[in-house]
Amino acid sequence: MRRPNLVRSSAFRLTLLYMILFGTSVLGLLGFIYLSTVAVIDRQTEDTIDAEVRGLAEQYREQGLARLIDVIRLRSSVDGSDYYLLADPNLTPLAGNLVAWPKETPGAGDWIRLTVHRQNQSGASSRDVRAQLFTLSGGYRLLVGRDTHERTNLRDIVIKALAWSLAAALALGLVGGIVLSRRMLRRVEHVARTSQKIMAGDLSRRIAITGTGDEFDRLATSLNAMLDQIERLMTGMRLATDSLAHDLRSPLTRLRGRIELALRQPPQAARDREALADVLRQAEAALSTFDSLMKIAMAEAGVGTADLRVVDLAGIAGDAAELYEPVAEEREIRLCISTQAGAFVRAQPELLAQAITNLIDNAVKNTPSGGRIDVVVEARRSVVILCVADTGRGIPPADRERVLDRFVRLEESRSTPGAGLGLALVAAVARMHGARLSLEDAAPGLRVTLRFPLAREPELPVHARAVTQA
Amino acid sequence: MRILVIEDDVETAGYLRKGLSESGHVVDHAATGPDGLAMALGDSYDALIVDRMLPGLDGLTLIKSLREQQISAPVLILSALGQVNDRVRGLKAGGDDYLVKPFAFSELLARLEALARRGGADDRVATRLKVADLEMDLLSRIVRRGGRQIDLQPREFRLLEYLMRHAGHVVTRTMLLEGVWDYHFDPQTNVIDVHISRLRGKIDKGFAAPLLHTVRGAGYSLRAPA
Repeated sequence: MRRPNLVRSSAFRLTLLYMILFGTSVLGLLGFIYLSTVAVIDRQTEDTIDAEVRGLAEQYREQGLARLIDVIRLRSSVDGSDYYLLADPNLTPLAGNLVAWPKETPGAGDWIRLTVHRQNQSGASSRDVRAQLFTLSGGYRLLVGRDTHERTNLRDIVIKALAWSLAAALALGLVGGIVLSRRMLRRVEHVARTSQKIMAGDLSRRIAITGTGDEFDRLATSLNAMLDQIERLMTGMRLATDSLAHDLRSPLTRLRGRIELALRQPPQAARDREALADVLRQAEAALSTFDSLMKIAMAEAGVGTADLRVVDLAGIAGDAAELYEPVAEEREIRLCISTQAGAFVRAQPELLAQAITNLIDNAVKNTPSGGRIDVVVEARRSVVILCVADTGRGIPPADRERVLDRFVRLEESRSTPGAGLGLALVAAVARMHGARLSLEDAAPGLRVTLRFPLAREPELPVHARAVTQA
Repeated sequence: MRILVIEDDVETAGYLRKGLSESGHVVDHAATGPDGLAMALGDSYDALIVDRMLPGLDGLTLIKSLREQQISAPVLILSALGQVNDRVRGLKAGGDDYLVKPFAFSELLARLEALARRGGADDRVATRLKVADLEMDLLSRIVRRGGRQIDLQPREFRLLEYLMRHAGHVVTRTMLLEGVWDYHFDPQTNVIDVHISRLRGKIDKGFAAPLLHTVRGAGYSLRAPA
């Protein structure tokens, strides 16, 4: 198999997605902090400038132009981030630390932005300044500004932080992603490798479970359960085909032997016809054996489990008992049936009917005249019990397991016809229906009991129910 | 009867053709699905025997096409698939009866004749059945022979009804198991024989001419004395 490609792996794609999400979040968060902080700083700057302008205007109003000029000179002398300029109505500077009145863009309001070029000992520099323009009475103009380096600094910090965080987020995401992908890929590869080995024929292999109970464990558990089921079916099928081949070989050998024997003898119409009739009988027996084996194999493999429907066991058992009633009577056996209402089971009715007729058939064959057979159907709280009891020879405890196998016929029954598949089919049908089969001593006789899980009564369509009530 | 056999296995087809001809029927044969469909559409037959697995066009599709073309001749499906749902699918597709391979020829013949008869005079709506002096009233569920009333158990009544509906024809044990008990398997002991002999005891005992006959190697037949 091709080595899984890291870039094409879902883990990698997931990592990439996480990295993008992470990066976007960092970007968004820092952007939001930056914008709201800038807004706060801007407002603070404006508030301060506003307050200063109002203060200066008041001084001018109360103490005159000369005082204002003094104050502005005093304040301008401090080398800081504050800028002042007082100009006469012709915009000629009177005091302040700006050399000229800035060019005003008409309609821009009182607030302007300007770039100030500074010259001092350390050299030239330029600053962005936010300033308010104010016209005093008498046409004098006042400018108060403050540079926005705080804001610029903040932007620099944010950008730097952003770059670092992004780098960190991406690096962490990448490393984490690689580690995660490797881990996931390793487990996926383990599953793939194990399935390949299983496909190559080693059906006993299972996918390892780490015990963490995560998705991979759950996946492995269900895959393992599926493998168990497949193995069970395969084993069942193999056993079925093996025994089918084995079981058909003997009747076919007998058939062939009979034909060879007839052919070796000189032709004689009457004897040949007899041989042909014999061969036909044997062929029919082989076919019926084959049929039973197929049914057993299918029931054992669980074929038809999908066709189960809720049926009334009492009805099925009643019909089967009724079918055998004349036979029993002919042999002077009392065949009694007692059923209870509500004996609903999920079943394949035809197979179930055949299993029950097999049980009754066995009972009829093994019960001496004057004996009695009881067919009982009981509905309990959670189980439905079917019981076929006879007063025949019974089965010794040691043989009770064995008679459920194919072709087992106890010595005593050799004289009666039958291939010995009856109880094997019953056992297979029981397994298919989830029923427990038990063989007990009925003292005297045999009691075969099947315990089915109780099914819910089938929902009748409305019109059918109305008819039933009427 | 004119019968069309659509079967790809040469030996089975030959065996069917021979057996049916010997029983007095006229047989045509098609070896593939498309040939069979063309013949069935082009000619009129009293009954069709259709193998389920055919080259070119499978048996069930063929039957569906026939039914869509309003060809209502009875169809007997032959198949190696004998599961309950296989049979149900076969009958749903428009087949009238379903016979699982391998089969005894007598079984096939009995079923085919029963089908062909059903395709003709349909007496399923009748309320009275009559064979010689044996009469059955399906509404009052009273059975009389020669004016004497005969008491029957419900199942015996259904058994007799089935035999009377197929009066004059051979009815096999399997047909009885399917038609009267709805069982599609053979119980190991031949229980049907005992049911028949019990019924015989009720309808034939004490009468000069027996109506219920055993047909060796095939089954039973209820018929009026010749």
